[in-house]
Amino acid sequence: MDVLSTALGVHEKALRVRDKRMEVLARNIANDDTPHFKARELDFKTVMAKFEPNDLMANTHGTHFPFADVVPDDDGMRYRTPFNASVDGNTVELTVEQARYGKAAADYQATLSFLQDRVGGIRKALRGE
Amino acid sequence: MAMSIDNIFGIGGTALNAQLIRMNTTASNLANAGTTAASEDLAYRGKRTVFKALMDESMTHPGAEYIGGVKVDKIVDDTKPIPKVYDPNNPLADKDGFVYQANVNEVNEMVDLMAASRSYQNNVEVVNTARELMMRTIELIKA
Repeated sequence: MDVLSTALGVHEKALRVRDKRMEVLARNIANDDTPHFKARELDFKTVMAKFEPNDLMANTHGTHFPFADVVPDDDGMRYRTPFNASVDGNTVELTVEQARYGKAAADYQATLSFLQDRVGGIRKALRGE
Repeated sequence: MAMSIDNIFGIGGTALNAQLIRMNTTASNLANAGTTAASEDLAYRGKRTVFKALMDESMTHPGAEYIGGVKVDKIVDDTKPIPKVYDPNNPLADKDGFVYQANVNEVNEMVDLMAASRSYQNNVEVVNTARELMMRTIELIKA
């Protein structure tokens, strides 16, 4: 593990996963009118745990819940179960996807501000302030 | 790992393109709604777009940044029956005095146009949000 990724911690990886999740949701919204399209979702926990199953979020106490039980070849992609079935077999529910996309954007910004703090810290250290 | 936010621009772009084609066919249907023809074969039939998801690279080209997007698979004719109207004074009337009208319902077309334009706006928002986040990420490396 190089110095920079140690310094940026888990947030650098989290940003990548959040980024990927936004893409998956964008796909759903783009295919709102496509017959037989199945809406998908990215399972954040699974993908995060795949990065470094050992280092990441280690359980430091016996009562901690395990972070995730990960199957090695699981890419974290899940099919969405729609609230209502549609005639053309499409499982995208636009309002649900929009709400999730909005939340995903907020999550992305949250991770981004954590990263910003880290970068600020590194910058201070470099300047010797 | 390619940045996924890049892909959102691609995916959003394919959706904008598909919805625009849908709006074009709707405009064509509306423009031809009042037309009449001399026979059933010559009558205008409403055009319908059929969307298809771009699931993998084989459907576009290697390295494409819009996997998971959407395209217009085909444009099909509406199968609704062609209305046959008795109008002997019409210069297009056949020997029995009938003309054949377009099988387009203007109200349906307007609703479809609204749905398409709403979908278009949704995808513009998706791309806008992605762009905003990308700009903020770039600001990370600013002093």
